[in-house]
Amino acid sequence: MARINLVALAHSYRSKPTKAADYALHKMDHVWENGNAYALLGPSGCGKTTLLNIISGLLHPSRGQVLFDGKDVTALPPQERNIAQVFQFPVIYDTMSVYDNLAFPLRNRKLPEAEIRERVAEVAEMLELQDVLQKRAANLSADAKQKISLGRGLVRSDVAAILFDEPLTVIDPHLKLLLRRKLKQIHARFKLTMVYVTHDQLEALTFADQVVVMNEGQVLQIGTPQDLFENPQHTFVGYFIGSPGMNFLPCQMQNGTASIGDLQIAVGSRSKELSGNFELGIRPEFLQLHAAEEPGSHKATVKEVENLGTCKIVTLQLAGHALKVKLSEEQETPTDYTYVEFPQRWIRIYAGGKLVDSGVTSQPDQEPAQ
Amino acid sequence: MNKWEDNKAWFLVIPVFLVVAVSAIIPLMTVVNYSIQDIFGPGQRVFVGMEWYKEALTDERLHDALSRQLLFSTLVLLIEIPLGILIALMMPKKGWGASLSLVLVALPLLIPWNVIGTIWIIFMRPDIGLLGAAVNGLGIPFDHTASPFAAWVTVMLMEVWHWTPLVVLLAYAGLQAIPEAYFQAARIDGASVWSTFRYIQLPKMRGVLTIAVLLRFMDSFLIYAEPFVLTGGGPGNSTTFLSIYLVKLAVGQFDLGPAAAFSIIYFLIVLLFCWLFYQALLKVGTGDKS
Repeated sequence: MARINLVALAHSYRSKPTKAADYALHKMDHVWENGNAYALLGPSGCGKTTLLNIISGLLHPSRGQVLFDGKDVTALPPQERNIAQVFQFPVIYDTMSVYDNLAFPLRNRKLPEAEIRERVAEVAEMLELQDVLQKRAANLSADAKQKISLGRGLVRSDVAAILFDEPLTVIDPHLKLLLRRKLKQIHARFKLTMVYVTHDQLEALTFADQVVVMNEGQVLQIGTPQDLFENPQHTFVGYFIGSPGMNFLPCQMQNGTASIGDLQIAVGSRSKELSGNFELGIRPEFLQLHAAEEPGSHKATVKEVENLGTCKIVTLQLAGHALKVKLSEEQETPTDYTYVEFPQRWIRIYAGGKLVDSGVTSQPDQEPAQ
Repeated sequence: MNKWEDNKAWFLVIPVFLVVAVSAIIPLMTVVNYSIQDIFGPGQRVFVGMEWYKEALTDERLHDALSRQLLFSTLVLLIEIPLGILIALMMPKKGWGASLSLVLVALPLLIPWNVIGTIWIIFMRPDIGLLGAAVNGLGIPFDHTASPFAAWVTVMLMEVWHWTPLVVLLAYAGLQAIPEAYFQAARIDGASVWSTFRYIQLPKMRGVLTIAVLLRFMDSFLIYAEPFVLTGGGPGNSTTFLSIYLVKLAVGQFDLGPAAAFSIIYFLIVLLFCWLFYQALLKVGTGDKS
């Protein structure tokens, strides 16, 4: 087990990077605390896997250092870092039995056979693989194979961290749930540092204590699922987390009021000092609809209503912009037009993609942002 | 759907059936026809039944040619398959080096077979050949037209030079198809280079290696043009392989009947061996341990 420190880390796949666009991973400093479960969330090609491979040692970073418990391991190959990694597609040794697969990392490290037997039995029991130990790994289902991949990581008693690279991609939906629960159990039991790469926000939010949102080689926000939902630090986080994503409306700020075309939306006293061009962000869950005009509400045309069974997504047209509203199943669905209200506590103001006014200060009951 | 509708689908098979009939079945049946008759000339033939088969099966020279052929094919497989894998493992995986090495490796495959024989005749000549003269210059007498051993070494060298590239290409394709994650996992598991080869690369190459073994066995078992040009089957009968003997029988002595019977036996032998190889290779690395 270890605390993993990334110091001024950056990576480029080019041998001589000159401009910022050459970098797959922009300069970052980050600490993965011992025993925490992290999710690395971001769209395909954002640098998640690059970051993971740098931690495991499969990739040597162009800049910066990787520290395990304060010890510099940047130059060490993966086998000397005591790291386990589970890949997107189950990697198993086809010609070996399940037992031999699990024993493989230990045999490579020349452990005595008695100890290997003990460790393999323990891991097999944990992953519920006891019954298939003597079977050939090649003949098993995808989820069993993925368990074997995981088992080869767990079997080593000295493992510092387990890295997952979209491990559930090829698993059937109903088994995904079981495997994810298994991972959580293992995490609870062994308190291993786990880093889980995914582009599926649901997977990230259910797996991790802390979610790291990445885009275009940069870490945009690190926080609890609640943080990411309520206080996106970046418009990308707002849009990427949540379904549908956050609404963003270009606006002019003056005296605590956001103007969207002819529309005036009161943001509150906290944004008084802001003036100029901004973006107003609000989650579809937090917009309120009224059947009749009320103070602070604005008339909007209903363009589309999608019923998803558990909720309804209403698309509104307001001052020339599309606005998504999420309604629960029992709420009344408006037809033709409606009055939409922007609750002040949920309005976020962004400049150049970054959060400039979070409104957190006015909400003492919330957890502080990390 | 009535039965007639279903059965109409068979009409779609007719083109394939015609092609196979004209290209394979009818010629083969002609050979079967020859093999049970004694042919003196056009219109003069006598039915002899199994006579030619008996003759072929008891022919001493055919037995010799068959054992020579088996030895040759065995050596070919034993040398070319490991050598091909080794070369494929050493080739660069990407970049300009990969393209360049592929072109260089494939060169021998692009040369017509009889030209290869000619190249090696000149290459091995004791007086002016690059290799022949070099070996003789070292004081080792080496002349493939005089010594059966030298003839064998030359034919083997030529065969290995000519056909190992095919094994290399197949093995290389097999290696390239292995996802990167396998090698990454092996590194994390602390696997040695040998373990990585033994447990990842070799099992993943099984499919292409099965094809390589089958192709190389069949081709080497049917080898004709190169030794015909190089040694003409000699010195003596030392490099008279099955097909060379068959042509001597059919064309040289115009014994169409025995040659036809011999062809059928030859064909069945190749078929049998291919089937055995195929069955054996299918079983390698499958089935549960008990």
